[in-house]
Amino acid sequence: MLTLPNERGRFGMFGGKFVPETLMRPLADIEQQLYEALADPSFHAEYMRHLYEYSGRPTALTFAKNLTERLGGAKMYFKREDLNHTGAHKINNAIGQALLARRMGKRKIIAETGAGQHGVAAATVAARFGMECKVFMGEEDVKRQALNVFRMKLLGAQVIPVTSGNRTLKDATNEAIRYWVEHCDDHFYMIGSVVGPHPYPMMVREFQRIIGEEAREQMLKAEGKLPHTIIACVGGGSNAIGMFHPFLDDDVECIGVEAAGKGVHTTEHAATITKGTKGVIHGSLTYVLQDEHGQITEPYSISAGLDYPGVGPEHAYLAHIGRVRYESVTDEEAIAALQMTAEMEGIIPAIESAHALAKAFQIAPLRSREEIILVCLSGRGDKDVQTVMNYLEGDEQE
Amino acid sequence: MKHFIPFIVAGDPCEEVTIDLAIALEQTGATMLELGVPYSDPLADGPIIQRAASRALKNGMTLTKALTLIGQMRKKGVKIPIIVFTYYNPVLQLGEERFFALAQQNGASGVLIPDLPFEESEHMRTLGETYDIPYISLVAPTSNERIAMIASKAQSFLYCVSSLGVTGVRDSLPTKLHEFLQQVKSYSRVPVVVGFGISTAEQVERLQHVCDGIVIGSAIVQKIEQLQDELNDVHTRQEALRVFSQYVASLIEPLKMRVRKNESETTTKTTKTVSTGQTD
Repeated sequence: MLTLPNERGRFGMFGGKFVPETLMRPLADIEQQLYEALADPSFHAEYMRHLYEYSGRPTALTFAKNLTERLGGAKMYFKREDLNHTGAHKINNAIGQALLARRMGKRKIIAETGAGQHGVAAATVAARFGMECKVFMGEEDVKRQALNVFRMKLLGAQVIPVTSGNRTLKDATNEAIRYWVEHCDDHFYMIGSVVGPHPYPMMVREFQRIIGEEAREQMLKAEGKLPHTIIACVGGGSNAIGMFHPFLDDDVECIGVEAAGKGVHTTEHAATITKGTKGVIHGSLTYVLQDEHGQITEPYSISAGLDYPGVGPEHAYLAHIGRVRYESVTDEEAIAALQMTAEMEGIIPAIESAHALAKAFQIAPLRSREEIILVCLSGRGDKDVQTVMNYLEGDEQE
Repeated sequence: MKHFIPFIVAGDPCEEVTIDLAIALEQTGATMLELGVPYSDPLADGPIIQRAASRALKNGMTLTKALTLIGQMRKKGVKIPIIVFTYYNPVLQLGEERFFALAQQNGASGVLIPDLPFEESEHMRTLGETYDIPYISLVAPTSNERIAMIASKAQSFLYCVSSLGVTGVRDSLPTKLHEFLQQVKSYSRVPVVVGFGISTAEQVERLQHVCDGIVIGSAIVQKIEQLQDELNDVHTRQEALRVFSQYVASLIEPLKMRVRKNESETTTKTTKTVSTGQTD
């Protein structure tokens, strides 16, 4: 299981390279350089050095004592990716890809962003490594995430508002790919999640697996055993793959949590594995939210980071073979979990991470006190304060 | 004779007019037609064709309906080969076999899928041979050593992407384009046509000497966009079609001049190979 994808970039039937011919050569170049880099101890050493000296790793493993007592079941631990520089796990991948871009002699970075977390991470590493950075962002998200847009500009990046489609993450990704097709000779496309054509899903996984590797070691140190259950939120699914991957060959239950938005029985959700069907999106064969004619439909979630109609092909595979279970959590449940975590543990999680927390809070009381649940707290909630405020005020008015 | 291959989007501005436009294009000198199937996420297309796809999707166009539209064009007397241009996901949902069966039933002459590169298209190429609906492959300026591999399996003709980037109207084409086309021709047993960005008579004039045909998409779709209100209104439609044909004729004037000059030359051979969709 740990050796996938195969040489065609497939995880079982999922993955592949469904891109215009123009990109096949650039993708082959990235693939070759990536394999060389991953086999090069000096590349790994430099990647680790930046993670430790710049991003502040290792991130803490926090025992959620108050929540554990309140819920009265399994012991709950949080892997604190929110403590990373820039506030989320996205920086792990951005550092890795920036180092690869530099190794390939590319000094111009393209990135797509939804909520702006990957955009900020890309802009941050571009500043750090002296690179030019263009971030494509749906016009709707530019309005919703004004603070992150300004952060990216402060970091010296150019934010390009995208006006096609629904003007959100899917459209920003389309436009980033179009721009890349035109400028692939001197630009490096830094994808923010385990999506896109091969080798991206595998590359982003390799740059995120530090989450699970650290957590594993920390857990053994703290408890002398592995957790029984690991829970992470899934949009594209990079924090989840990073967390799950080092545990896939162990007897550990893994649960990915998708965004159910206003409910999976409505049309307003982003629960791609729960409700989607096989299809191609952004260069990869995976589960997709689409209509019967193969047109991609618009997802919905209160969390901009989970508001995506596709999912990483490796998740599609892990769901297909039954190794990881995928469930979903509504806007309402996620916000309640966010409030509870803030009040009881003094941590304001990102709304994305709150989806994983909500699922953990549902499961914990059903499990014995001997069991351990490990939750990936993928990002901090500072960026979401306005959204939460609007949501709660809207609630009061109803 | 050189091929002139216009591209239009099925259902833009509406189904009925798409048929009229196909007839007008054939009368104006199109030797093949590329019929675009609208898609929600057209990665290989620039803004002009994206907008056309949105209009067509709002009109309820689907892959199945687009194939049926070809059948209707055939009934109205359109004789030139019609190539279906579609993204892969709609084909995947319809089913690859079912797609070819429907394409054959409706008189389609080929299929081109911009997001299904050589490595992912083996099954489609095999089905193309089975159903005698050639699967058209693309080569790009970045293809380099891939050209030989792609050309060796080419069915009907090879489509050269003129420049890096998506479809659109371009003021200038890359300086290395002639070199690239000559390189592709040296590997290819089938005619070599060029598309992406070609939008003026001057470009057509310069390119016709180094390829077997020219695809014009965005420039034509843009003209349809400008004329959409007149085309949609039955009272002004005929006049709008006349204006449209006049515009298209002006774009391909250099090709016609060449035909007149070389009238006696034996140029029908290439045409025959392509128009019968022979897969060799």
